[in-house]
Amino acid sequence: MTSLNLEALFQSKIDEETKIEPKDWMPDAYRKTLIRQISQHAHSEIVGMLPEGNWITRAPSLRRKLILLAKVQDEAGHGLYLYSAAETLGANRDDLVQQLLSGKAKYSSIFNYPTLNWADIGAIGWLVDGAAIMNQVMLTRTSYGPYARAMVRICKEESFHQRQGYEIMIAMAKGSPEQKAMAQDAINRWWWPSLMMFGPKDAESSHSDQALKWKIKRKTNDELRQQFVDVTVPQAEYLGLTVPDPDLRWNEEKGSYDFGEIDWEEFWSVVKGNGPCNKQRLQARNKAYEDGAWVREAASAHAAKKEQRKLEPQLATKAA
Amino acid sequence: MKNEWPLWEIFIRSKSGLSHKHVGSLHATDAEMALENARDLYTRRNEGVSLWVVESKHITASDPNDSDPLFEPAKDKIYRHPTFYNVPDEVTHM
Ligand SMILES: [Fe+2]
Ligand SMILES: [Fe+2]
Repeated sequence: MTSLNLEALFQSKIDEETKIEPKDWMPDAYRKTLIRQISQHAHSEIVGMLPEGNWITRAPSLRRKLILLAKVQDEAGHGLYLYSAAETLGANRDDLVQQLLSGKAKYSSIFNYPTLNWADIGAIGWLVDGAAIMNQVMLTRTSYGPYARAMVRICKEESFHQRQGYEIMIAMAKGSPEQKAMAQDAINRWWWPSLMMFGPKDAESSHSDQALKWKIKRKTNDELRQQFVDVTVPQAEYLGLTVPDPDLRWNEEKGSYDFGEIDWEEFWSVVKGNGPCNKQRLQARNKAYEDGAWVREAASAHAAKKEQRKLEPQLATKAA
Repeated sequence: MKNEWPLWEIFIRSKSGLSHKHVGSLHATDAEMALENARDLYTRRNEGVSLWVVESKHITASDPNDSDPLFEPAKDKIYRHPTFYNVPDEVTHM
């Protein structure tokens, strides 16, 4: 078959909602786009452990500590599900990890903001995981089979993440005036970066059309962002707290909220590496990787020795 | 890269009475570590009662390009399905 026919056949499978599986023919650009997107997603899960990991040892109770520990462990799992999905496309795990460590690969900019106090852990679970869920629920229907299946598994785990965050927010919002003020301050700092998680505006999003045509994505950045605002604002109201947007108002006609303009300069500046924690995050990942080198080596040596021991009785019999 | 640990495919039996089902993969130095990692990675919420780990290189998969010649012969043998046969309405339990 000519590549033109193959491409038409591929698109017709996508159009009729047949999933693409690892060994199926696919355009190079589809493969590349997916490897880039899935690995960036994996990196985000891995780097995403850092801001919350920062508070595990300082959680205010054993209950909160157990919960946060379980959540952060889930994020590690999400990273691993996604790396293995990327590997089904022919990517190599070590290469992907190296791209993260060298700073060549991108990850979600939200994790380049600092977690200053415990309220931030509430705000992250509620807002950051909440925004991630919007995107990930859409991706459970993405056209590439292994990615879609990883997303189903991830989404099942995510709703606990969001609920535990919102529970922290409720506790603080209903707590002392100081606690309530901390909760408000956390929303003030995390609201706009959370909206930025959906990426550039549709008009400026370079990969969007093709990703929609291939059904890698099924909604645009702006659609997802709007959906997030619409479900989240009432949740803030329930807390008796506000989102830091003077332009936010309900638009009766369209049945959703109008909201203010994102500071795109800040967005691009953090993407380009100039956020408050970009350097710190990469340093932490590199340190973890280097500090773990002896463990990886020891595990390989141990496995080789076990293998050797299994062979030795046979060698002994042969010699006799 | 030099020392990459081999890739393992993970299968979980979600409860007794059901067969093992593929859930994903992971890297591990050997089968024992693959089992331990699979426990931590794929069964954090009681997803299973039994695990299989198989090193990925040992799996032989059919080629999707061959799926027509491979599966086509079954397609026109509709007489293999019970609906192919007419059973009079008066006849029951069949
Ligand atoms: Fe996650
Ligand atoms: Fe999460």
